[in-house]
This record gives sequence, structure tokens and C-alpha cells, in this order.
Amino acid sequence: MSTFQLTHLEELEAEGIQIIREVVAQFEKPVMLFSIGKDSIAMLRLAEKAFAPGKLPFPLLHVNTTFKFKEMISFRDEFVKSRGHQLIEWINQDGVKSGITPFNAGTQRYTHVMKTEALKQALSHYGFDAAFGGARRDEEKSRAKERVFSFRDRFHQWDPKNQRPELWNLYNGQVAKGESIRVFPLSNWTELDVWLYIYREQIPVIPLYFAKPRPVLNRNGTWIMRDDDRMPLEEGEQPQMRSVRFRTLGCYPLTGAVESQATNLREVIEEMLRSRTSERQGRVIDYDEAGSMEQKKKEGYF
Amino acid sequence: MLHGEELDRVGIDGWLENYQRKELLRILTCGSVDDGKSTLIGRLLHDSAGVFEDQLKTLKKDTTRYGTTGEEIDFALLMDGLQAEREQGITIDVAYRYFSTPRRKFIVADTPGHEQYTRNMATGASTSDLAIILIDARKGVLAQTRRHAFICSLLGIKHVVIAVNKMDLVEYSQAIFEQIRHDCAEFLGRLSIPDVHFIPMSARRGENVVGRSTTMPWYQGAPLLDYLETVHIAGDRNSIDLRLPVQLVLRPNLDFRGFAGTLASGILRKGDEIVALPSGRRAFVKQVFVSGAEREEAGPGMAVTITLDREIDISRGDLIARPNNAPPLEHGVEAMVVWMNEAALAPGRQYLIKQSTLMAPVAVTDLRYKIDVNTLKSEDATQLGLNEIGRIRLECAKPLAADAYSKNRHTGAFILIDRMTNATVGAGMILDRTPAEQALDRERRSRDAGTNLTPGSGTISPEARAARIGQRPFTLWLTGLPRSGKSSLAHALEATLFERGVQSVVLDGESLRKGLSSDLGFSARDRIEHVRRAGELARLLNDHGQVVIAAFVSPTAEQRERARSAVGAERFLEIFCDAPLASCESRDTTGFYVRARKGEIPNVPGVDTPYEAPSAPALRLDTASTSLEANVARILELLASRMLLR
Repeated sequence: MSTFQLTHLEELEAEGIQIIREVVAQFEKPVMLFSIGKDSIAMLRLAEKAFAPGKLPFPLLHVNTTFKFKEMISFRDEFVKSRGHQLIEWINQDGVKSGITPFNAGTQRYTHVMKTEALKQALSHYGFDAAFGGARRDEEKSRAKERVFSFRDRFHQWDPKNQRPELWNLYNGQVAKGESIRVFPLSNWTELDVWLYIYREQIPVIPLYFAKPRPVLNRNGTWIMRDDDRMPLEEGEQPQMRSVRFRTLGCYPLTGAVESQATNLREVIEEMLRSRTSERQGRVIDYDEAGSMEQKKKEGYF
Repeated sequence: MLHGEELDRVGIDGWLENYQRKELLRILTCGSVDDGKSTLIGRLLHDSAGVFEDQLKTLKKDTTRYGTTGEEIDFALLMDGLQAEREQGITIDVAYRYFSTPRRKFIVADTPGHEQYTRNMATGASTSDLAIILIDARKGVLAQTRRHAFICSLLGIKHVVIAVNKMDLVEYSQAIFEQIRHDCAEFLGRLSIPDVHFIPMSARRGENVVGRSTTMPWYQGAPLLDYLETVHIAGDRNSIDLRLPVQLVLRPNLDFRGFAGTLASGILRKGDEIVALPSGRRAFVKQVFVSGAEREEAGPGMAVTITLDREIDISRGDLIARPNNAPPLEHGVEAMVVWMNEAALAPGRQYLIKQSTLMAPVAVTDLRYKIDVNTLKSEDATQLGLNEIGRIRLECAKPLAADAYSKNRHTGAFILIDRMTNATVGAGMILDRTPAEQALDRERRSRDAGTNLTPGSGTISPEARAARIGQRPFTLWLTGLPRSGKSSLAHALEATLFERGVQSVVLDGESLRKGLSSDLGFSARDRIEHVRRAGELARLLNDHGQVVIAAFVSPTAEQRERARSAVGAERFLEIFCDAPLASCESRDTTGFYVRARKGEIPNVPGVDTPYEAPSAPALRLDTASTSLEANVARILELLASRMLLR
């Protein structure tokens, strides 16, 4: 009988597949957010398994803030093509026209316009009624109480006081017209689980996750990689070469690198096991104030 | 830190291999903030290195702002997620936490112990394998302890740890620990939790949490974490009864038709014969895919896709089982329900049910009783409010292929959804029908077959009695709204029959409630019992040759069906006294409806509970505008046509 006892990764995988299938059964027009990061890659693998030997019954959506690492975009195009998935890219053109950057508008406002608003535009434009995201409950305190099916009103807003109880694996996907849900198949995964799954499944990930000498600047104690010359240098500032890698990926001016010698998955996992900081430390946007993620989520952030 | 130690010992490759084999344990923690629950979880996370340094830094900052522990780090703050809650100092929802040790990965559902939040605890319990119930050693067993244990039992949790916390504040007294253990035995005996474990500890000082305590040498057992790492849960899975709820039909191309779903229980192999419910069509399994890869077999909890050797009609909501081991298909089920919404549950309301992958309209036909979660006693109820638990009967528009929750945690569970707001309003657990109910069913079936007409213990048969009196016994069952004219019609008919030499008896609310039913009140349950007695009495009288004219509101088809079964279908005639509610109210001179409208009389059909009009009565009489004489004449016609009058 022991062959039928699932390991924790198998159990998490089965749970994720069940969630993804449930959304496809209950909703008319789902979409999967694809941010190119490790969580997206793991989530996408679950979706592929859910519908094998068939194809995904929904497209992927990438919200491009225009300040992503260049490498992310090239990796994205190659990866999606090799797997035969349909990808939609969305850029907030209003934001582009207004010339907003993380430098001239501040991180909060920039993120709001190019990420949160852009996402809402894309969802409304295509009329998606369910959107998969790779968020995990272990990332941040307010996420710990997030539902798997997270209900959003007509304005894509989240009301933490008015969420549906979620029991067993019985997800209630009933929505009124114009309302939608965000779905998190990786809710119960930790950062470690995601890496171990990628390791087990031998899924290619973007090399930015592995250490290599890169040109970085030290800003307020955080290593920032200057990916192009849109990022203004402060007086006397000189990029220096350091062996760094990234634990999370986003907009390069907002993503801190960690000094590391880990050049492959095994080494990354080992380094993480010995490390004593959480991955969100590399994210400038969470740091602003207590409850900042909660505030952003209420506004429609993923 | 535990990971670091393991890494030093076995190296990264050894570690990766071990990690692949880890099992998952889902834990529920119950207790109030004061019991030190959050401190306990914070301690587990911290001591097993689930807390990172930057989170610890934030925690230190938060401790100065919101904390209650002074200089010491307040681990409780790690647990409270949302800002508003943090400021109020209470957790008001379910929060999930994660940590792992070299042996297992743990998911902790943290639910509040606050009086109001049965709903959240049930939510957390629904997916948990094990529950930790905290008791403050200084306070001992409280009402909330009983409540927590009851909900764990109700939601089918098989392993419970009673963590007797704050032992440091009672001088690590063994006597106090033993007393608590003794006090728990009283109510645990009434619940069905197969595995209960007691551990004395101090979460704040980390004693018997991760490391063994040196201050309680009298405790020989393992510390909490040891127990959590080793408790045997593999046996909790049901690998006997094959149940595959069909989630999706996958048709990527014309040659492939796969049925996708997660195996609720049982083992499925290539070549197995299966039956699809509700159609009852059979087929053989051609291919089994587990997580997308083709395999020979699949077990409980796996996400599978299967193909069959022939085309049979299967769609989402159907269940795949074995021909010789399939759950009963029933429209009506009995269930325990935890109510989760401000709008109360009341008998007669309609909802959507989601059971496995099936979604269908459902009506709550009865509220049998509710349970006081503090005393575990059942009491009468007309409705079920937020955080209340009760037993109900459901009638579903589609047949439910459902097991008892005690036998199958997946196919025996359901949620109820409000059709207007789409909110999830209730969580239900299907009950095994008790032997008494099954016996009643058998009895009913055998009666329908006519076996009750053979003499029982007596020597004079009903036929002989009827022949002696010279009449054929039957029961006229008059149903209709209160004040629809049933009793006056019954008495007018009785007088007419009497003139014709037919002996008859009128049974109505008035005649029964004075004596036979004088112990009954007007709760939903009592009203049902009242009608049941009327049916049984009618049977006895019929068996003794008497004609019965029974006049009872009997508002549900089920109640009337029961009376029909009791009396015997061949001598039971249902007569519908059809008068609009407005006319019944206007002819009421007793103030009955006025009081019902004010809420002074509960469970009044037409006012606060529905009246189900008979779909196929032997006779429908307009009692609002047709005269009494005309209606009596129509009944006599009916009796003549059925050869019941000489």
C-alpha cells in the first residue's frame, strides 16, 4: 500500500492540478498570469499536466512594465514558443505615453500604474473571468489568509472582510457578471517546494537565478543590477562586478540581488537552506510599511 | 537550523533525496489567543527555522508597537496577518503557515478560538489530518475545549493532541495535568476521535514543544514536534472504495476522450471494470494518466485522467465507482451542517449544493435539531444562525452519489451556496443512516408490498373485522393550509356517512392534541411527530374496520408519504383542500394567523414555512368558494367510483 502514499510534493502537485481543472470547469474565460519567474514556471507545469495529452485550454498573460530584465523577455519568448503555448503581452500604453519610470514617479506609484493598473486593463480588455497567479501563502503575512479562489468585484478589488469560506477542495466559483476571481494553485507551496519541484521536474529556469559576475550598484544596502542606461547613476556611482543572483524577479531597478556563488539548482537549494533571510527581502516594494501588500491587494494587485 | 544540521550530515544530494520522500501533514490549531496558541505556532516555526531573519526583524519592530510580552519577542505577532486584525489584537480568519523538518512538511491552519468563529474552525478542520487543542493549565477544561473537540470530531479529524500549555505557571504540577486529562475523558468518550494524545508544555519557554522538558520528569512521552513527525497517517486514506468524481471531460482531439478528476478514494487500475453514476453504464479502463503521465494504476489523492474502452455518456458531476461497490444514489440525504452566513438557514429554503464535482439546486426540507456546541446537547430549532450546527434533511434536484462523511471525507462533504449572493453559506457532512432509519425503510417497503394485511399476533384478521362490521375501511387524508376548511369538511362528511350507516372517526389537530399528542409542542420536529402519530392511529383504526377521516395540514409531501406508507397505499386517499392563503387568513376568527404573522407561533405553513401542494391528489377541492355540501358530494362520488361505499 505504501506506493500509494503520496510524498508532499506529489500531494501539492495533485492539489494544484485539481484547482486548475476546477477553474476551467467553472469559468468561461480563464487566463494564466505568466511572470517568467520560478513560481510561474512551476504553475505552468501543473497546468500542462492537468490537460495532458491535450494543450492548455487558456492563454498566458504577461504584464510587461517595460523595466523587466532584458533576459526575462528573451527567455519568455523562447520558453513559450518551445512549449507551444499562446502568450498575450500587455503594456499600459497610458503609462508609457506619460513617460512614467520608477525613478521619476517613485516605486509605489510606478508599480501601481505599470503593474496593478496594467493588469486590470488587460483583464477587462479581454474579459477574462478567472486569472491564475503564482502567489504563495508563505510569501507575506497578508497572503497567509488569502483564499485559493480569491473573489474580486467589478473593479477587480479585494475585500479581505468579505471572502468566502473555503472547505475541503470544494471551491465555489459562482460569480455575477463582471465579477472575477484570482486563483492561486500554489497557495500551499513554499519557496523551497517550488525549487524542489523545478529540480524534480528538470524544468529550465531563467539563468538570472544563478550566480554570475554582473554589474551592480549598492543602493541603500541593496544590490541593484543596472540592466540598461535608463537607470540614472548618482554622482560618483560606478557599477561594480559582483557574483550575484536573484531570488525573485521583477523590474530590475526594484529587484535586489544577493551575493552568491551558487551556479546551479543544487547549489541554489543548498544556499537557501543555509540562508536566514526570506526572498521578499529582495523586493523593494514590500518594504515601505507594515501592511503594504494588503493595501496593494485591495487595489487589485495580484 | 534543522535543515542546516541535516545538510552537514548527509550533504546536498542526500538532502535532496530525503526531501523527495517527505510526507505532508496538515495541522489545525485550536485555542484562544490567551491559551498561547500563536506563541506555540511561532515557537514551532522559529525553532524549526521557518522564520527568517528579516521577518524576525519586522517582528521585533512590531513587538514594541503591538506586543504584549515586553522585551521578549512576541511570537504571536508572527501569526496575525491582516492589519486591522493586528491592531485589534485578534485573529479573525484562518491563516496558513508552513514549516518543514527533515521528516515531514507541515501546513498549519491557525483558527481563532473566539466565541463567534465556529465557521473558521470548521474551515480549517476540513482539510486537516490532525488537530492541536490548547488548554491553559491554569484554567483547565473550558466550554471552548469541548467545542473544539466536538468540531474536530464532526469534521472527521482522526488525530488530536491536547496540548496542556502554560505548565510553567502551575509549577509543572503533574496533578493538574492529570486532572485535565481526567476532565477531558468525560466528553471525549461521546465523540468519535480514534487517537487522542496529551502533552504538558510551556510554549513560551519552548518546553516539550521541539525539545524535551527537563522540568517535567514525570512526563515520559515525546515532545510535540516528535509526535507530529511520527504520527501514522497513511492508514487514514481509504484505498478500498473506488470513487472518482469527474471534474472535466478532456477532448483534445477526436481520438481521445479522457475523464479527469482527483481520486477521492480507492485504487484504479488499467483493465478495471467501472460503473458511471448516475447513468449506471459500465465500461473498462483503457488508460490511466497520473499527473499527465501514463501509468498502470492510481491511488487516493492522485490527479488522474482515464480513458475507457467504449463510448459511454459521462459528464462533469458524475461519479466513477465499481459495479459491486458504488454509493447509494439518493435525492434525499440527512446531514450535519455548520452554518456560515448571517442569513439563517430555515427549512424550506433553496440553495445550490456542491458535492464533489456536482452542482445542483437543493431544498432543506427539515431542520431536525441544532446542537449546543458547549454542552453537546441537541435542542429544537426553527432556524440555524451563523456559527450554529444542526442536523438537516436535504432534497436534491439531481440524485446524489454520496457516501457517509464518516466513511469518505471527500464524497460525503458538501457546501451550500446562496443562489442570490453566491456566498458559501453552509458546510455539510452526510450522515450514515442509522439502523433505526433503515429498519423503518424496510418496514415501509414490506408494508407497501401488502404484507401488513396478513394477521400479526392477533387471530382476527382485518378482513374478518371489516366483514363483520360490513364496511370497507379506508383513510381519507385531508391536507391544506391552516383554516382551509379541512375540519369542517371532515365533520360534515362524517355526519353524511353516519346517516348511511358507515362508522367513521375524525382525526384532527384538535382531537389529537387534547390527548394522544398532548406532550407535543409546535416545533418543526413536534409537528412532524404529531402527523406521524395520526398516520399510525389511522392504520390501527383501519385494521379494525373503521373508516378514518384525517384532517391535518401535513405541509410536506414527505409527511403525507409517510402517512400513506403507514396506512397502506391501497386504502389511502389524499384530498387536497385548496384555498388561497388570503382566504384562509380572512376566514380565521381565532387570531391564529395574526399571531403567526407576529412570529408568536412558529413553523406555520404559508407564513414562515412553505406548504407543498400535493402533485397528484385523489381529489382537489376548492374549499374557498365551493359549498360544503358540494364538496361532500364530490367525495362521495369518489368513494363510489372506488367501490368503497356499498
